Amino acid sequence: MLCPECGKRPATIHYKKVVNGQKTEYHLCELCAQEKGEQMPGFDHGFSFHHLLSGLLNFEPITQMGNSQDDANHSPQVLRCPSCGLTYNQFSKIGRFGCSDCYSTFQQWLDPLMRKVHGNTKHNGKVPERARGKIRMRHDLEKLKEQLHRKIHEEAFEEAAQIRDQIRALQRQLETE
Amino acid sequence: MSLENFIQRATSEWMKVKGPQSDIVFSSRVRIARNLTELPFPMMAGTSQGEKVVKTIEKAWKKIKKHQPILQSAELIRMENLTDLEKRVLVEKHLISPSLAEDSRHGAAIISHDESLSIMINEEDHLRIQVLYPGLQLEKAWELASSIDNLLEKELSFAFDDQVGYMTNCPTNVGTGIRASVMVHLPALAMTQQLNRLIPAIMQVGLAVRGIYGEGSEALGQLYQVSNQVTLGQSEEEIIENLIGVVLQMIEHEQSARARLTSISIIQLEDRVYRSLGILAYSRIMDSKEAMKRLSDVRLGIDLGMIQDVGSNVMNELMVMIQPGFLQQYAGERLNPEERDIQRADLIRERLRMEKQTD
Repeated sequence: MLCPECGKRPATIHYKKVVNGQKTEYHLCELCAQEKGEQMPGFDHGFSFHHLLSGLLNFEPITQMGNSQDDANHSPQVLRCPSCGLTYNQFSKIGRFGCSDCYSTFQQWLDPLMRKVHGNTKHNGKVPERARGKIRMRHDLEKLKEQLHRKIHEEAFEEAAQIRDQIRALQRQLETE
Repeated sequence: MSLENFIQRATSEWMKVKGPQSDIVFSSRVRIARNLTELPFPMMAGTSQGEKVVKTIEKAWKKIKKHQPILQSAELIRMENLTDLEKRVLVEKHLISPSLAEDSRHGAAIISHDESLSIMINEEDHLRIQVLYPGLQLEKAWELASSIDNLLEKELSFAFDDQVGYMTNCPTNVGTGIRASVMVHLPALAMTQQLNRLIPAIMQVGLAVRGIYGEGSEALGQLYQVSNQVTLGQSEEEIIENLIGVVLQMIEHEQSARARLTSISIIQLEDRVYRSLGILAYSRIMDSKEAMKRLSDVRLGIDLGMIQDVGSNVMNELMVMIQPGFLQQYAGERLNPEERDIQRADLIRERLRMEKQTD
């Protein structure tokens, strides 16, 4: 059966709760059970590597000063990955990402976490062939945008228009790739 | 099944070849983690999504396999079609991880005929490409893993970001997604009490030292697995170079410890080696801990030229075959621990007798 809480993953945790003689049965997936903070014998295997990892996440992200409105909107409690549904609470408890989009959802915790785990924040190894083209295009795009600004500043509008067309073409290409 | 046939099936093709430095380095392994874009990682995947991952990767493999003989010979195995015992045997051969065997949903593996390549599907990450070679051959293992990665990438879109590199389920794998490891046999360093100093030093340079079955496992038979920890910020080549540098130093230390032992206490060493050989050749009950310890002693005796009528590969073979999954597969039935200890002693005796006959 599917977990009734998220409706996505199979329910693998089954338990009964007795409150004031009232018996209720629960069927949840591991994540939702963890989210509910249910402590069950045999479920939580005590100390594990991921507890240690999630410990590294238990710090406040660096937020911009004097921007309280923004802070409230981005408060970790309501943050949830739009693609896979992983919440900040789950992320900080289990110390794992749910999908590749989680990396942008939880972006603000990324650098400090990577620094603690790897002592580094920037990839320096293999780049897939596909991405290699994209990276070059993005690089070119940045350069063209700089040129565009310069031309506008110089009031060389004809050349600026040409550059603008090039930028548009590149952007289209990047989107379709 | 005869023991000969069983050995044929129990030992992977790659294990039968002697690799460089194989008196101390038993095997080299490189594993890279990759994930597909558009689909959640296995931890968050629903049933249909998990199945889609297997189907997508299977399709890609079928398309590219003509370009690479090792892929051509491979077979896709779904975990749900295996018995617990069969899965256990694959774990003992290091072809799949314990977690793929035990907790994966829609877990599968594409395993090459010679068993040097295994692509795990729906483990922690969508793909785990693993290459295993005998002896110290990390560069060669990385080359093959990377070429398989390149081929797969033609058909699949991997989650990658300029800043963090390959995106993985666990932050400890992010970036290159690479885990390079070697299995080393360090009996002389253990006997001379030098490991307690060496292991912390290795950990200080950012490498991990573990028992042979990975995270949390005990070091049986003086076998240790040394692997990189950092996956972000260094290139794959740098990571491998670092590891090789440290392993070469470990080999040097182990060799000088062996030389010192043979020069100052040869009779004690010989006694230990032959005593262990005697116990292996004649005992009737043996638990796996003792078996690994005795096999380690005998293997050292072979490497030092004390024992000449037993091949060094026999020890590698036995270290795999005496594991619980294999023993039960050989027996053809489930065995309780007491029965296993008897079966283990039988199997070792028989294997050593076989060796004498072929002389």
